[in-house]
Amino acid sequence: MRHRNYGYKLGRNTSHRRALLRNLVTSLVLEERVETTVPKAKAMRPWAEHMITLGKRGTLHARRQAAAYLQSPAAVQKLFDTLSARFGDRPGGYTRIIKTRFRAGDNADMAMIEFLGSEAIQRQKKERRAERAEKRAAAAREAAEKQAPAAEPGPDKPE
Amino acid sequence: MPNPKRRHSHQRKNTRRAHDRLVAGSRSECPNCHEQKLPHRVCPHCGYYRDREVIAVPER
Repeated sequence: MRHRNYGYKLGRNTSHRRALLRNLVTSLVLEERVETTVPKAKAMRPWAEHMITLGKRGTLHARRQAAAYLQSPAAVQKLFDTLSARFGDRPGGYTRIIKTRFRAGDNADMAMIEFLGSEAIQRQKKERRAERAEKRAAAAREAAEKQAPAAEPGPDKPE
Repeated sequence: MPNPKRRHSHQRKNTRRAHDRLVAGSRSECPNCHEQKLPHRVCPHCGYYRDREVIAVPER
């Protein structure tokens, strides 16, 4: 029987599990989207939603409660100043979990969890990632060009 | 030790196994690229979920 056995243990002791979930929720607040395993996503969801509830309450006490859970002051600031404002009249259900893939290595069932309405932010991030990749590719090309002429005149391979 | 009293015929064995078979796992069609994908999961071919939600960016 699994009567009264609510929740996820994630194969960790209490302190390890608490630290893991706090880290995940803090990352989610800062990044708006996190990819993790399905059980971890489901385990962190209530905490993520509770943080939004605290943010919407907006009182000093709520701020202290959030600060006691989140791992960084920057996350608390973002939660209260920008993030929670998005969910003004929504009665809960602030997050979305979508199953994505099976992780290479251990075949773990992966999912991404995100706050609703983070699509614009994700798009910006994607563009920035593409830009960085472009820059890196250009730098690699340049380096390859510099290397190639230097290597050609002095082939130390005995033919 | 208890032992079988009678040998079971081939028919008896095969009849017992009549309902043993492999079943194909369920797949659904991606509404975006019309490839077969696992239901309730991001399409691994185009990275879409429920038309228009780009999640993973597949390389290649």
